[in-house]
Amino acid sequence: MTIRRPANGREFLAGAAAAIGVIIIVVAITMSGRSVALLNVSYDPTRELFEEYNQAFAAYWREATGQAVSIRQSHGGSGAQARAVVDGLEADIVTLALEVDVNLLAEAGLMDANWRDLLPNRSAPYTSTIVFVVRAGNPKNIRDWDDLVRDDVAVVTPNPKTSGGARWNFLAAWAYAESRSGGDEAVTLDFVRRLYANVAVLDTGARGSTQTFAQRGTGDVLIAWENEAHLTVGEFGAGAFEIVMPSQSILAEPPVAVVTRYADARSTATVAEAYVEYLYSAVGQRIAAAHFFRPSDPDLVDPEALAAFPAIQMTTIDHFGGWAEAQPRFFGDGAIFDQIYLPAP
Amino acid sequence: MAHAFSLSRLRKPSVIPGFGLTFGFAVTYLSLIVLIPIAALVLQSASVGWDEFWRIATDARTVAALRTSFGLSLIAALVNMFFGLILAWVLTRYRFPGRRIVDAMVDLPFALPTAVAGISLGSLYAVNGWVGGLFDFRITYTSIGITIALVFVGLPFVVRTVQPVLEDLDKELEEAAATLGAGRWRTVIRVILPPLVPSVLTGFALAYARAVGEYGSVVFVSQGLPYVNEIAPQLIVIKLEESANYGPAAVIATVMLALAFVLLLFINLLQAWGRRRFGSVG
Repeated sequence: MTIRRPANGREFLAGAAAAIGVIIIVVAITMSGRSVALLNVSYDPTRELFEEYNQAFAAYWREATGQAVSIRQSHGGSGAQARAVVDGLEADIVTLALEVDVNLLAEAGLMDANWRDLLPNRSAPYTSTIVFVVRAGNPKNIRDWDDLVRDDVAVVTPNPKTSGGARWNFLAAWAYAESRSGGDEAVTLDFVRRLYANVAVLDTGARGSTQTFAQRGTGDVLIAWENEAHLTVGEFGAGAFEIVMPSQSILAEPPVAVVTRYADARSTATVAEAYVEYLYSAVGQRIAAAHFFRPSDPDLVDPEALAAFPAIQMTTIDHFGGWAEAQPRFFGDGAIFDQIYLPAP
Repeated sequence: MAHAFSLSRLRKPSVIPGFGLTFGFAVTYLSLIVLIPIAALVLQSASVGWDEFWRIATDARTVAALRTSFGLSLIAALVNMFFGLILAWVLTRYRFPGRRIVDAMVDLPFALPTAVAGISLGSLYAVNGWVGGLFDFRITYTSIGITIALVFVGLPFVVRTVQPVLEDLDKELEEAAATLGAGRWRTVIRVILPPLVPSVLTGFALAYARAVGEYGSVVFVSQGLPYVNEIAPQLIVIKLEESANYGPAAVIATVMLALAFVLLLFINLLQAWGRRRFGSVG
């Protein structure tokens, strides 16, 4: 008993894939002679930011050195991207959502353990924070974290286990509950449990959550990174959604680093270092702000562009003892996040 | 060809040449593509130690995820078995305009990236979607939505396994049944269906196995809530994020593999029984 047709289809696909592979290799070989190529392995929400930044950097580098540089981008979930690099994806630069993901590379010997100290602002050229997106007119009158535990509110946020970015969402809620309860862990846990009991859909990634909320009419409030929130509002028009700033949030610091082992092997270390350093220049900061990431050096950016970033009270990851402590405490196997989903005994 | 001669003592004599060459190729190929990766997976899962293996495998959440995966896949495979049979029947027994196009459409679920399928199914069956809006209960983000996605990815299997058998089925058998006084239903149940049993089971097994391993489309229609409708592949991805080593994820994968193997073996035995009972056609 054979199934002939699917096999043919697969053979065709395999053939096509091989052909495309060969074309890519040929193109890569012909390109490599004339210019230097960088691979920036990044996470999902930076797609538009680096599209613009790469052009700006290429222009700057040609001006400064006369060398043409082409930058390839790879986007995906932050943790999966980090593992891909550990498993041999030869990235010159990583620009990820979490310090722990870059630490994974350092542990694998791909860069120095002190990578965080090599660039200003602890290697975070831009930061962000966690905000709410609600439907136009804010029909459920959602103002702050307290409204998210109300019985009549459905929340959309990604699973912090599969989405590195969503760990900031969780910690923002935790930090708020903690300061409200005066540091009582049981009360804090109960608040966060009630919040996640209101979660209608726990998508695997941030873009999935945005789709669920914006395109499929699910939920009353989306917990999102500030830059994603602005992107969503911009994409669907200001008439469809509104951004609500909670009274308190967290300072999300997505780090950047040169993967020195790969960059050295590929002789791209100089240009890769210039690439991450240029993110701190006026041009880099302006582009980051234009894509709604908070510039690490606001003085380099027009005050008008800064109007999108109201000052709110922000906790930092240091409050949780850094990622090295926060990761196992909240997101390890059987840790706090797993506990809030345990069925009642 | 010395290789072939040394093998010659191991096999029954055959008039067809090339046994050594093709057998060697088959073994190498299977090893590279299937055996070595699976062995690596099992090895990886063993790295956590037996106690830890057992703890992860019997953890309430793992069990819930496995139940969701295997349960919903079973429903999807049953749906595919029933409608796949009807589809194959329509495509082989009737001539109608556009038959070739319908025939080609059956294979589309193989060609489409499953994430694309998941996104379009999710949007279509959402509360504000074209189809989802017609129902007063939720489809996307429920087990029903997951099942629909699993039906989609498994659709071609039963159709493609049954079709060639149905095409070869002798029409005279049906005519003979009719002349001997069998009614229409009796003809279908006693004459047409029995020879199809082995191929239907093959299609069912393939559709089932395909659905159990599906991840890409399900994540876009699943609510993703632990203990509610989290599928096992999703839990594997979560385990990967939890620690830098692949051990815990490999444990769940190994359990899935073992369960799937037992099920496929069972279906194979059923098939062998079906062949003996109903005879083999095609």
